[in-house]
Amino acid sequence: MILMNIEHLHKAFGGLSAVLDFNAHLEEQELIGLIGPNGAGKTTVFNLITGVYKPDEGKIHFANQDITGLPPYEICRRGIARTFQNIRLFNDLTVLDNVRIALHKDVQYPLLSAVFRIPSFFKGEAEMEKKADEFLKIFHLYDKRYEKASSLPYGDQRRLEIARALATNPRLLILDEPAAGMNPNETAELMELIRSIREQFKLTILLIEHDMSLVMGVCERIYVLDYGQIIAEGSPEEIRNNKRVIEAYLGEEVS
Amino acid sequence: MQKTRHIKPVRFIVEVGILVVIFTLVQYLISAGLLNQYYQINLASICINIILAVSLNLINGFTGQLSLGHAGFMAVGAYASVIMTNYMELPFIVGIAAACLAAALAGFIIGVPTLRLRGDYLAIATLGFGEIIRVVLQNIDYVGGPAGIMGISKMTTWPWLFASVVVTLVVIVNLINSSYGRAIISVREDEIAAELMGVNTTKYKVLAFVVGAMFAGLAGALYAHYFYIIKPETFNFLKSFDILVMVVLGGLGSTTGAVIAAIFITVLTAALQSFPAIRMILYAVILIMVMIYRPQGLMGNRELGRRTFGKVFGSLWGEEK
Repeated sequence: MILMNIEHLHKAFGGLSAVLDFNAHLEEQELIGLIGPNGAGKTTVFNLITGVYKPDEGKIHFANQDITGLPPYEICRRGIARTFQNIRLFNDLTVLDNVRIALHKDVQYPLLSAVFRIPSFFKGEAEMEKKADEFLKIFHLYDKRYEKASSLPYGDQRRLEIARALATNPRLLILDEPAAGMNPNETAELMELIRSIREQFKLTILLIEHDMSLVMGVCERIYVLDYGQIIAEGSPEEIRNNKRVIEAYLGEEVS
Repeated sequence: MQKTRHIKPVRFIVEVGILVVIFTLVQYLISAGLLNQYYQINLASICINIILAVSLNLINGFTGQLSLGHAGFMAVGAYASVIMTNYMELPFIVGIAAACLAAALAGFIIGVPTLRLRGDYLAIATLGFGEIIRVVLQNIDYVGGPAGIMGISKMTTWPWLFASVVVTLVVIVNLINSSYGRAIISVREDEIAAELMGVNTTKYKVLAFVVGAMFAGLAGALYAHYFYIIKPETFNFLKSFDILVMVVLGGLGSTTGAVIAAIFITVLTAALQSFPAIRMILYAVILIMVMIYRPQGLMGNRELGRRTFGKVFGSLWGEEK
């Protein structure tokens, strides 16, 4: 079943077309990679999907609904969550609060119940904390729940970002260079983690990554973007041998 | 670490007990004539300034939206309450309710368009709106124009002041320490990330702005009914800056900081009355010194609360994280 369908997406910044006639579809529970040279427009595509930018043209359908041009928080509520290329945690807050904020959209008690501290507030808070703790345990961050997000080591911050995104209860998880700045060991661990959360939460995952071992290792299908256009699509094997992809990355052969 | 989040009955009773003791003590001092007029005026100023600083801190400190129009909301509250009490001869409680409602409404009307702006643009816009409120009041003859309203009956008594401060603190502290409060703080931390995590940031900015404005209105009502006279000039942008100074001095995002700074600034202003010639210079020097040695404000964004008392008094307060 198709979870997301993107048709003729177009976005220009001034005279520069960052994304040009972008078409793609995501199957339910697929693990898809989006790769391309620097400046190809990959993050712009993510920003268009999640509502950070409004597309100039084109349609995005998600779970049979048109989500084109909705504000980001609405898109999140419909089941798309993401992480960022340059980590964007709530730095001054604790690890626990970072995850609890992602749970806020399903808050179980009304505002006045918080102000007057009636029982539904305590019940709602207790449930929220329990839920947040579950996510923190999956990502081995439970022991650090009261630490400030900014004080975590880099790898933990990356994982906390994924935990926070998962806490919004998405159907589609979008990861923007999750392995950036990680060493080979950490990358291997991350690959395992990505696979296991997909199974556990029945997720569709779309990721941008420059680390080819990760992309080729976990992705089932790959889109290759260059100058805002898709130049190739297929399985890792097909992409590896695609002439246009090799040209885009390494340049044309001089004859 | 296991911990309970419910109110501990014993702790709750002790805390209420402490409040009752403070209230009764001051009430006794006033009725026994041990607290002279000078101290009473300063006490009222302290209470009003605490309400102003704590409510502005909700907007500037917790939500991270630099607002410079707080005196405008105070003016709305002051005038609304005086219209109710002096003009319509209704009881003070109606005046206070009208003040809160009118200021909250003004906060909503101003907040919805301006909160789209960020940082310095928002500061300028709120500064402008604060001044607009003042100029509008100056031009309404019904409320005395530039001369303002005189002969307001003195209805603000110690019980009113005390209750208002307690209500302000309880509401804002409870709001902040809830999921809604975390949503508000997430706007300050990273607006884009908050939005992408499902937080409707505009909604929470407006919420904080409206609640902040409402309590500024309360402070305005208390002010009007303590000092007999209100005029538009009292609520100019310098008043907004005074409140902002308290918030920054106390530490952006610390309620206890705002309370401490409100007391500190009020006492400092009063103490410097004896040196009229160099008053403003001393005031400025003290502020500069604090900002050099504690740029994050007296409290940073930390709170002095149950956790701190827990370290001192043991388990009765200890477990609140």
